[in-house]
Parts: sequence; structure tokens; C-alpha cells
Amino acid sequence: MLGQSGKNRARKELPALSTASLPDIIFMLLFFFMVVTVMREKTPLVRTRVPEATEIVRLEKKSWVVYLYIGPPVRTDLYGTAPRIQLNDAFGSIDQIIEFIEHERSQRDERVRPFLTYSLKVDRETSMGIVSDVKQELRKANALKLNYSAVRRKE
Amino acid sequence: MARKGKKVPEINAASMADIAFLLLIFFLLVTTIDTDKGIIRKLPPMPKGPPPEVEVHDRNVFVVRVNAFDQLMVEGDIISIDDLRKRTKEFILNPYNSPDLAENPQKAIVSLKSDRGTSYDMYIQVQNELTAAYNEIRDEYALQHYGKEYEALPKRLQKEVRKQFPMKISEAEPEETGNQ
Repeated sequence: MLGQSGKNRARKELPALSTASLPDIIFMLLFFFMVVTVMREKTPLVRTRVPEATEIVRLEKKSWVVYLYIGPPVRTDLYGTAPRIQLNDAFGSIDQIIEFIEHERSQRDERVRPFLTYSLKVDRETSMGIVSDVKQELRKANALKLNYSAVRRKE
Repeated sequence: MARKGKKVPEINAASMADIAFLLLIFFLLVTTIDTDKGIIRKLPPMPKGPPPEVEVHDRNVFVVRVNAFDQLMVEGDIISIDDLRKRTKEFILNPYNSPDLAENPQKAIVSLKSDRGTSYDMYIQVQNELTAAYNEIRDEYALQHYGKEYEALPKRLQKEVRKQFPMKISEAEPEETGNQ
């Protein structure tokens, strides 16, 4: 601007760019992420590295899903390496599953209860024995809609 | 009043953006927009009383077995997981009208039996291949008859395709055979 090109331009100043609306834009983004964020409410006690698959389907409604975790404990020094079941925030045993399902059902609206999906998050190195025991319990509790949680395989 | 003439100094809002950015970045990092994904299956309900006798012709049952060493046996042959999809499709469609394969797709049943020592990973791979076989068949049928893939069809036609190729996977209780 220092008088390089003509006298007219030299005196004119560029108006300062107003950043007054910047906070508004950022707040908009902020609110979006605040609404979208779902804080992880359960502390994982078992490791669940779910297997990879290609034919996977997305579960639509998050609030219609009940999770059951099966895998080796995270704290192997305390609990050993044998696979355990995690129900909510504590280790569970096989015969607590029916009770757990009933509890989860009672917490949800009566209208959505028939549509609940039970998602099994099972570590890939677990053996089928414990998984099929859990499946039998789910059948007894009449919880039939299952989802074997998996991640998409990278080709 | 003494203050009357004085103007309230304007609050500088320049740092507002910084604060908002800070919060934004926090939420960006915390957010996981991962919805749960997986293979959907329906369990059969617990039978009340003795199970009904259903006669199923041998040729309509596709026997899949997985042992404690994650080995796969299909209809008496030991095969690798990569061939399972092809074999399953062949069984369901029976393109050459072989007397050993399914009479028609509606009657075809896949019988899956695993061992208590089978790894969950292997079990999911088998389930995945079986699902893939059905998905491919449905896609091919949909393309041929409606010119669209199965997923792109309206609900009514999807149901029609599903009726043509119902996915019947029967799971037996896993056995305890090999040592784990």
C-alpha cells in the first residue's frame, strides 16, 4: 500500500474484517457436537475386540439396544484371563442374565420393549462355550433379536 | 446520578471465539459417532414341551460343522472358509439340479454346529460367509427381476425376494468334543 501503484489507492484503507460473528459460528458447531456426543457411560471391565466381518448392518436406534460384553478381563492381574461376562458396570454370572434382561426391559418404555435388540460384544478370542451359554439364557428370557457386534473388514 | 454521562465500556468479545474453540475441540475429541454394527440374527424361541417332529429331506439340509480347532466341515468335506460362500450358494440355488442339493431355495436349511472350543472369531466368519451367500443370491435375483440391488428395492419387493430365498440357519447346541 505504500504508494506503489497510483495516488488514489495509497490513501484508502481496507476496512477491518469483522470477526464478531465468528463466536456464533463456533458456538453453532459446538452445540452440534454437544448434542451428538454420547458419553461412554460404562467403564469396560472386559476387553472386547470384536471380530471383523463384511455383511454387517448398522443398528438404527441406540436406545433400543441392550449390550452384553464378553471377553477376558482388562485387569488380568486381578481377575485372571478366563473370559467373563460384563452386565452394566459389574461382572455377571450366567444365571444373572435373565434378571439383567428383565431389569433393562423395565427401564425402557413399554412400547419399545418388543423391539429391543441385544448386542453381543464379544472378544474375538473367546471360545464359543460361554457365548452359547449366554445365548441359551437369552432364549430363556425371550430376548431373541441378537446382534453379533463386528467391525467392517478392511479389504 | 453521577454516572449518568459515562458510557459502560464495551466488553471485548475477541476471546469468546477462543473459548468456544476450546470447548469445540474438547467435544470433537470426545465424540464417537460410532453406532453399533454387526450381524443380525434371530434366536429360536425356547420350545414349550417337546420339539415337534419335522421331517426334512436330507438333501435340503446343508451341514456345516466347526470343530474346536476352527476347522470347517461342510457336507462331509473339510474345506477352507474361502470356499464356504461358493458352496452355500451352490447348495441353495442348485443350478444343475443335482439330487444331493436343495430341492428349491425355499426348502433349503443351513444347519450350523460349532464346538464349545471354537473361537468366536471363526464362528463369526462362518456366519458372515453364510450371510454373504444369501445376500449375493438376493442381490442377483433382485438385479435380474427388478433391475436393482436388494437394498435399493422398496420394502414390499424386498419382502418378496426374502420369501424366495428365506435365510434359514438352524443352530444346534455346541458340543463339547475336543479339549479346549
